[in-house]
This record gives sequence, C-alpha cells and structure tokens, in this order.
Amino acid sequence: MDLRDLYEEIILDHNRNPRNYPRHPDGTNRRAEGHNPLCGDQVTVNLVVDGDRIVDVGFEGNGCAISTASASLMTEAVKGMSVADAEALFERLHALLTDEHPVDPETIGKLSVLGGVKDYPMRVKCATLAWHTLHAALANAGDPVTTE
Amino acid sequence: MSQPATRLNSFDVTRVREDFPILHQTVHGHPLVYLDNGATSHKPRAVIDAVSHYYSADNSNVHRGVHALSERATVAYEGARGKVARLVNAGSSREVVFVRGTTEAINLVAASHVRPRITEGDEIVVSHMEHHSNIVPWQLLCKATGARLRVIPVTDAGELDMDAYADLLGPRTRFVSVVHVSNALGTINPVRRIVEMAHAVGAQVMLDGAQAAPHLTVDVQAIGCDFYAFSGHKIYGPTGIGVLWARPELLSGMEPYQGGGEMIRAVSFEETTYAEVPHKFEAGTPNIAGAIGLGAAIDYLDALGLEAVAAHEDDLLRYATEAVSQVPGLRIHGNARDKAGILSFVVDGIHAHDIGTILDRRGVAVRAGHHCAMPLMQRFSVAATARASFALYNTREEVDALVGALLHARELFDR
Repeated sequence: MDLRDLYEEIILDHNRNPRNYPRHPDGTNRRAEGHNPLCGDQVTVNLVVDGDRIVDVGFEGNGCAISTASASLMTEAVKGMSVADAEALFERLHALLTDEHPVDPETIGKLSVLGGVKDYPMRVKCATLAWHTLHAALANAGDPVTTE
Repeated sequence: MSQPATRLNSFDVTRVREDFPILHQTVHGHPLVYLDNGATSHKPRAVIDAVSHYYSADNSNVHRGVHALSERATVAYEGARGKVARLVNAGSSREVVFVRGTTEAINLVAASHVRPRITEGDEIVVSHMEHHSNIVPWQLLCKATGARLRVIPVTDAGELDMDAYADLLGPRTRFVSVVHVSNALGTINPVRRIVEMAHAVGAQVMLDGAQAAPHLTVDVQAIGCDFYAFSGHKIYGPTGIGVLWARPELLSGMEPYQGGGEMIRAVSFEETTYAEVPHKFEAGTPNIAGAIGLGAAIDYLDALGLEAVAAHEDDLLRYATEAVSQVPGLRIHGNARDKAGILSFVVDGIHAHDIGTILDRRGVAVRAGHHCAMPLMQRFSVAATARASFALYNTREEVDALVGALLHARELFDR
C-alpha cells in the first residue's frame, strides 16, 4: 500500500488550500461543531439552508490533511444540493470508506480520492468528521458531535 | 547520517534488546521502531515470565489463606512492595500503596487526604504542563469544596516559571500537585525547590512521577515530597498496577478510599475498624500478578543499573535532538535545560496525525495528538504534536529511521 494512494495530490491540494475555509457565510442558519477526541481535530460546519436546499456552506477549525481535505471537498460537493441528496452522498462515502458494500466511484465523483482511506482504519474518523458534523448541522442538533 | 553507536561500558543495548520479545517483528515490512514509550513501555522476558509463573504456579488470593499457594502469593506480592520501597528509597514498605496507576493514586490523594482538609477559598496549585490526570481530579475537588485551582505558568522553553510559582504560594495554599517529568515536553522539573517553597507556606506536595520513574533515580526522602505516584506499565511492568508512596504519618491519618474486603480489621453493622496502612487503601483482591510483574521489572532495571539506563537515554535524546534538525520545517516543543526521554515536535504544513500515519508505514511508532495535555497544547498554540519517547532498548539507528521517515513525510507533502 503506497502512501501516495492515501495522500493523493487532490487531497494535498485541498489540505494546503481548503475551499470555503475559514468561512461563515452570510445568512448561516444551521451550524454544528465536531470533534475527534483521538487526535484533537475540530471542525465547525456553517450552512445556509433554504427549504430543502443547501444554498451555501463554509467550514472552520483545524485538523489533519485527511479531515481538512474531506471537509473542503465536502463543501464543494454539497453546495446547491438538496438535503436528501447530501445525506445520501454521505452514506455512499461512508460505505466506501468502511468497505460495507461496494460503491460505484462514479456515484461519488471527486470524493473518490478519499477511497485510499479505507486501507487506514484509524483514519476513517478523520475523513468522516466533517460529514458527521454536516449531518448534525442539517438536523440542527445543538450539541457538538464527536467521532467517538 | 548514521554514526557508529556509542557503546557505553556498562550498557550493551544490542544485548538488552534480546530481552524484549516484542521488539523482534516487522511492521508494514519494516523493522519495528518503537518510540511511543511515554504511552507505555514494552516488557522484558523476565516480567512476562514472572506474571506467567505466578499464574502457573502460585495463583491464589493474598492475605487470607493458610494454604501453601496463598502463602507463596502473599510473599511474592509483599515482596514486590518491598522492591518498590527500595526503588524510591521509602523509609518502609508500609509507605507503598498499590493502585491501578498514577491516575488512581492522584484521585486517591484528592479524595482521601485533601478533600476532608480543605474549605472554600483554599487553594490548590498545579502547573500548566500537567497531564489531564493531574488536572481533572483537582477540578472535581474544587467544584465540590469551593476551593480554587491556581496554575503555575510555563515559559516558552517549556520550563515552570518559578517566580510566578513563588507569587502563587500564599496563606491559602493547601496543596501543590505537579509533574516530575512532563509527558508532552520532557522537562524535568526542579522538584526539590518546588517542595521546599510549598512547605515554607505550609502546603503539602504530590508529585506525578509517571514519566520520571522510568528515566530517573527517584529518592522520595531526598526530594522531600509528601506523596509520589507512578505507573507500572511505563517502567517495563504490567498495565493496571501503579504505586502511591506517601509519608507514613499522612497515610495513617487518611480516610479509606474504597471500602470492602482486604482493607478491614473487623466489621460489624455497628462499627468497622480498618486494617493498618497500606492495606487500608487496598480494598478488594488486588492486582497480584501486576504487582509481582512490577517487582520483576524493578529487579530487571536494578540489574542494568538505572544510572546506565539514564545515560543511554540521555545520549539518545541528544542525538535525536540534533538529528531531527535536518528535517525542513521541524520545530521542537520543549527546550528545557533539563530534559528526559521525550522529543515533542511539529512540522510545518504536516499535521501531527499525518506524521503518525506516514511514520507508521515505515515501522516507526510515535504518539500524535494532544498527549492528554490540552491546556499545554493551547499554551503553545498547537492542536497537536508528534512525540518520540525513548526507552532503554532504543538505539541511534532507530533515531536514524525516525529521521528518514520524517524526510519521507516532507517529500510526500511537498510534491
């Protein structure tokens, strides 16, 4: 297993230059905070939700390359999506990372660069932290989420 | 990069490594380079054999059977207490209480000694470099009693600000609890002075020796402290066994920590009288195998000589401090004049967690994270550091492997 499969160039790029970061869009009406107590990663996801649609999204915080890149890729992926589609995308990504069942990489687009994480079980929580936090923000749960 | 390893006259690391079965394995196709000794150290064959022998030959409960096995188990368990007493130069083995680890020792002292003697407005002093286990028990106590927690600041070099400590001490200071060697920085704190200054205002002192006991000769009488704690598993012994040493007159005056068997003299529904110290603090069947294993670890260290071990680890730390400087963008956290066994660092542009993964793929095990010292991480404005921590079986060649893997991380992230 080559480390280059984990640290794909797209991941390094999003780590160095995270998109929609640090960003708290005007009109943010959903917000949640996530922690990974194992390594101290912390992320806040800020959403503008209009009816059933994620109109805008930004994130704040800090973490490792995997969690930062995953959060950055997430903001690009879900902006403009319906809430149901965003949740479904998270489910497919989760299945890909945990190898629960086969996932057609076509159905997750650019996020497939995160696929290398499945060979590093200790790092799956890094890749899913922002997504768990997105889920909490959509549910508008006030309590911080944690990966533990 | 590699220089011939200095062979200290009395210490042959190649031979020492033969004593540790776990070291002889590969991880992801590379020889294991275990530099996470601050989290837990490996066990020499002698410790594994002692635990195994206890279960295969002597297993029985202690202090309560008249039969041969119980007698042998009791002799071995109490023998281990004697070895601990000699290790820390206690006045007697009665001053040694077996606990689960450093964390339990601190909680025991907070609950049984400090809490009954403290009132609202009294002050407890800790430092900014404490492990969470030497922060949270005191916070709980302050919350319950209205006492106030005061914190000794840490300088940029990672040393305690002793002038600020002097200013913190006062008529309301009741108790000081600080770490002997920092788990996140490696700093060796000036514990004798800390104790003297606290005693001068009538406060008592507990020292968290979890990272000190494996690296330094600990002499509780010379230090002059009132309580000292360490964990067995960081000093080549089993997990789940630890030590609280306390001055005997303090132990005698303390309330029991837990009630149950083993800690009583006589029980009736009207009144219970407690066993003598230290058994008063050892309710229930203790970790007999753990204590015996710890005793074997102390024998093992004795045979090698703690001073020779300390000199070897000192050589490694110096060599490593120098060697990692060739990694572009690497910064060491903790540059105290007096350090033991620990090298904590960050690398520009590469999060500690990523360092941990990349090093692991080269067989190099380090700790990445906040080291259970989140206030200290905030003090240095970092979310996490990577930490290489050394033990008696590590070598200069392993430091070279660490540096090689760090350069690989740099290359991977800079492409």
